[in-house]
Amino acid sequence: MRKRSIIPVLYILFLMLPIYWLVAMSFKTTNEILSGFSLFPQTFTLQNYRVIFTDPTWYWGYVNSIFYVSLNTVISITVALPAAYAFSRYRFLGDKTLFFWLLTNRMAPAAVFALPFFQLYSSVGLFDTHLAVALAHTLFNVPLAVWILEGFMGGVPKELDETAYVDGYSFPRFFVTIFIPTIKAGVGVAAFFAFMFSWVELLLAKTLTAVAAKPIAATMTKTASSAGYELGLLAAAGTLTIIPGAIVIYFVRNYIAKGFALGRV
Amino acid sequence: MKTENQRAWFFVLPVLLLVAFNALIPIMTVVNYSVQETFGNNLFFWQGLDWFEQILRSDRFRASLGRQFLFTFLILIIEVPLGIIIALSMPKKGLWVPVCLVTMALPMLIPWNVVGAMWNIFTLPDIGLLGYFLNTVLGINYDMTQDPIAAWITIVTMDVWHWTSLVVLLSYAGLVSIPDAYYQAAKIDGASPWKVFRYIQLPKMKTVLTIAILLRFMDSFNIYTEPFVLTGGGPGNSTTLLSIDLVKIALGQFDLGPAAAMSLIYFAITLLVSWLFYTLMTKDDDK
Repeated sequence: MRKRSIIPVLYILFLMLPIYWLVAMSFKTTNEILSGFSLFPQTFTLQNYRVIFTDPTWYWGYVNSIFYVSLNTVISITVALPAAYAFSRYRFLGDKTLFFWLLTNRMAPAAVFALPFFQLYSSVGLFDTHLAVALAHTLFNVPLAVWILEGFMGGVPKELDETAYVDGYSFPRFFVTIFIPTIKAGVGVAAFFAFMFSWVELLLAKTLTAVAAKPIAATMTKTASSAGYELGLLAAAGTLTIIPGAIVIYFVRNYIAKGFALGRV
Repeated sequence: MKTENQRAWFFVLPVLLLVAFNALIPIMTVVNYSVQETFGNNLFFWQGLDWFEQILRSDRFRASLGRQFLFTFLILIIEVPLGIIIALSMPKKGLWVPVCLVTMALPMLIPWNVVGAMWNIFTLPDIGLLGYFLNTVLGINYDMTQDPIAAWITIVTMDVWHWTSLVVLLSYAGLVSIPDAYYQAAKIDGASPWKVFRYIQLPKMKTVLTIAILLRFMDSFNIYTEPFVLTGGGPGNSTTLLSIDLVKIALGQFDLGPAAAMSLIYFAITLLVSWLFYTLMTKDDDK
């Protein structure tokens, strides 16, 4: 090990400490938490997790979140792919203006949109549906997906397109069977970011749902305020929200490292 | 070379419709509120630009804006150099690479309110790991519910914990794209580590760093959930950043007119600064 490896090691240690504390809390009883400081759980309990896995308001929160996040990722990537292709291959009237305007939506503070979104999605009858949250999150995920994919597509030489036409490929067939597989690292990176920003966002998700599509994060805030202060339960719920993210990172780890470097992003 | 083709608009159409629905309609709603006064019962009165004037002149807005700029400034000045240093000292290949990447990316995938709650639990003075360590072991009087400085250090540390990895991952992606031949050439020329960084590594990282800095600016400027869960904007108003103040006015006091005017000013500032960053950092690009 070289001497400078100490920097990443210290950094990872710093990252892990709060997470360790959350996980440790989740295995403690409420009594132990309130009675004082202990580095490790003294009376190891799974009670907090049992509550979450047996109470539908808790576990449905996870199902809802995963459902609208997946829906959002699929919608974002599907609409962003052709748009990114257009931006990377063609010049057309207003292309630069349009591209920057798309990016401006990534800059909009979610707090600005909370109330208008509530009114908009209520008026079209989508309030409290998974689709509402998935669509609302496209506001910041589609521009980012277009941006990332455009970078990757720019790195693919145009000869690929031309050769395919000469070989008699129709455009849709070329796009789906040749082009998309070529930039699959880019699709992976874009999907990762779409998943990430939709999974972690709460303000809009909470505003647009009441019961049927309520995200796990909203269930947590409600528990935190209503049931006194059940730290152990809150810690267990928090620990469980880390798992889907960890699984997603594990799958795309190679794409993230190489991914960004491939295109001219 | 790109070809001119107006039919490309058809490819962009789905994105356009989706974003128009999501962005234009709500923005028009906000503009609509921003020029009217309401007393409830759906009665609205024309107000002109009074709200804008009132917001721009109010000390409260200026104070939150100042805190917001301070916060974002601290975030960029800490996270960008730190992220680059960590990326530079990471191994380029081997078993440790995936381990580093996965563990470093982890904080970014934790829901924002959980991040706030986690740091709350972590810093509780009597039973939190950090709070206990500082107060009991080191004997520093640390309580962020009482002390504004402690609250600021905590929210900045939380954000460094949360987002430095974004800079690390993007810089690292730029670094691994540099061919070994570049380093060998530098070695033959006897270049110092600083020169290698300045003339080989930094230029290669430039494009990814642009994305990292822009994303960090936008997200730290729009931050809401994490500091709100952690400090609630307190003690007093000391950590009331722009979004927290905005939500207080809009959903707490239900002052729709001033809140809408403030939203538009807020959005305009974010746009302006992002545009400045974007232009400054891409001005040398020859494309």
